[in-house]
Amino acid sequence: MSLVLSPEEQAIAAGRDGAGMAMRIVAESARLLGAPRLIPIASTHVDGALYHGDSGTLFAERLVEGGAKVAVRSTLNVGALDLMGCSRIRLEEPQRGMARRMMEAYRKLGCEQSWTCAPYQAGHRPALGSDVAWGESNAVVFCNSVLGARTNRYGDFLDIACAITARAPDYGLHRTENRRARLIFDVSGLSPSFLASEIAWPVLGSLYGREVGNAIAVVRGVTAHPGEDALKAFGAAAASSGAVGLFHVAGVTPEAPDVEAILAGPEPEAVIRVTPDMVATARAGLSTTAATKTIDAVAIGSPHLSHAEFDSLERLIAGRRLAVPIYACTGRHALALLEQDGRRKRLEASGVVIVADTCVVVTPIMPDLAGGVLMTNSGKFAHYAPGNTGYAVLYASLADCVESAVLGKPVFTDIAA
Amino acid sequence: MSARAEILVPGKAGEGDALVLTAPISFWGGVDPSTGRIADVRHPQHGEVIAGRVLFLPGTIGSSSASAVLMELVHNGRAPAALVLHEPDAILLLGLIVAREMGWETPMAVRLERGAFDSYRGAAVTVASDGAVTAAV
Repeated sequence: MSLVLSPEEQAIAAGRDGAGMAMRIVAESARLLGAPRLIPIASTHVDGALYHGDSGTLFAERLVEGGAKVAVRSTLNVGALDLMGCSRIRLEEPQRGMARRMMEAYRKLGCEQSWTCAPYQAGHRPALGSDVAWGESNAVVFCNSVLGARTNRYGDFLDIACAITARAPDYGLHRTENRRARLIFDVSGLSPSFLASEIAWPVLGSLYGREVGNAIAVVRGVTAHPGEDALKAFGAAAASSGAVGLFHVAGVTPEAPDVEAILAGPEPEAVIRVTPDMVATARAGLSTTAATKTIDAVAIGSPHLSHAEFDSLERLIAGRRLAVPIYACTGRHALALLEQDGRRKRLEASGVVIVADTCVVVTPIMPDLAGGVLMTNSGKFAHYAPGNTGYAVLYASLADCVESAVLGKPVFTDIAA
Repeated sequence: MSARAEILVPGKAGEGDALVLTAPISFWGGVDPSTGRIADVRHPQHGEVIAGRVLFLPGTIGSSSASAVLMELVHNGRAPAALVLHEPDAILLLGLIVAREMGWETPMAVRLERGAFDSYRGAAVTVASDGAVTAAV
């Protein structure tokens, strides 16, 4: 079935202005995807304002020059600069100036200055069943899975084009029939103590992404709600290791009251029975180096730390002085609360470097260090840090990350799956 | 070896040495946008340069910024000579769609069964404007 645009959409697409350019980008994408029409959307989360090079800045400025404005609520994902001034970004001119121009262009287009990859913890929570167009892989998977709003994985530039047109291609996860699970990801063979541990969800997410790819599975065997931050970590890890846009957890996520309710057919196409060995392999795969004598830094906050995660961090540091810095990445929504109760000063006095509006894998913050070793509790940082920072990665729980930062050498607590 | 592929995004016909990836790749974090070098240390083709090659992609994973990386490669003159995909990837190909809107010259993207990829390995490959993907003998 080929794409049919309404007369109004056709008229906009024929324009030489920014709105015309946006409509043509949405329509071209719809054609590529085989969507029959465009549908209205309620909001967007825009990932396109992160500087990857001058081309993205020139595109955003072209839209501004063309008089374009967003037509629906649009939050911004991270940028390449810490506009709050918490951390020093080592981006040099002329890139620095181009990154700033890019962030400014998206502001002029009418986007909210949220600058976070966790907009769903910064007050942007679309309603169950509503159609939206979100970018940033972890935000997409959280929006679909935990909120039950409907979005595909919108790439950079299509997100802002959808925001300007208030339209998205009608395909994929916007359609009810495509949201059902075909696979079961069964974790009932794992010990309850592992499932309750902090590393369970990022490690399982990494395994899930690799096993499931871009299919949809329902996780079976979870007996208690693991909490929103655990689902955030699971989705982020899954979307890093696979093209995951939506997962279900039976009894936990809103579209899966139980396994049967969300399965596409009477029987699943396959059941992935997760064994302790599979978990051990997935966990080992998150590290790119064997245990080293020392570490150079710890990075946490991918996705951006919530207020509750800062509570855990502060409790684990317990007023001690860190031997190597912990880079704690977050958004201004959490930063505002940290400022209010004096906690930012206390954390910084211990040696925590708070990074706001951005994070350590998207822009140069940590020193260039040949043979540097980074410890993290984030499946997503573990995945991207080696390529983007040059640091080798050691994966560990938050508790082990904090102990290691205090001692300057890696400490691991055994958590058997 | 020659096959007629479906044109996903039109562009400039291209030729170059085949680079057949044996695992899916995330362009963001996986490919350096200024050089075209595969930077993902876990990827089997880590260290290869995609610029000027006919790039065979069995699949893409990961970040929704793949489009930005591909557009930046186009803008820097470091794009592949052509992209051959097993299935249309809306996120990645957006980089070509937007680059065309900006008036920049873009390589073609075509669709071919991934089972056919191996027969192009090691060959100089041309992708013609009608979508014919041909290996030099």
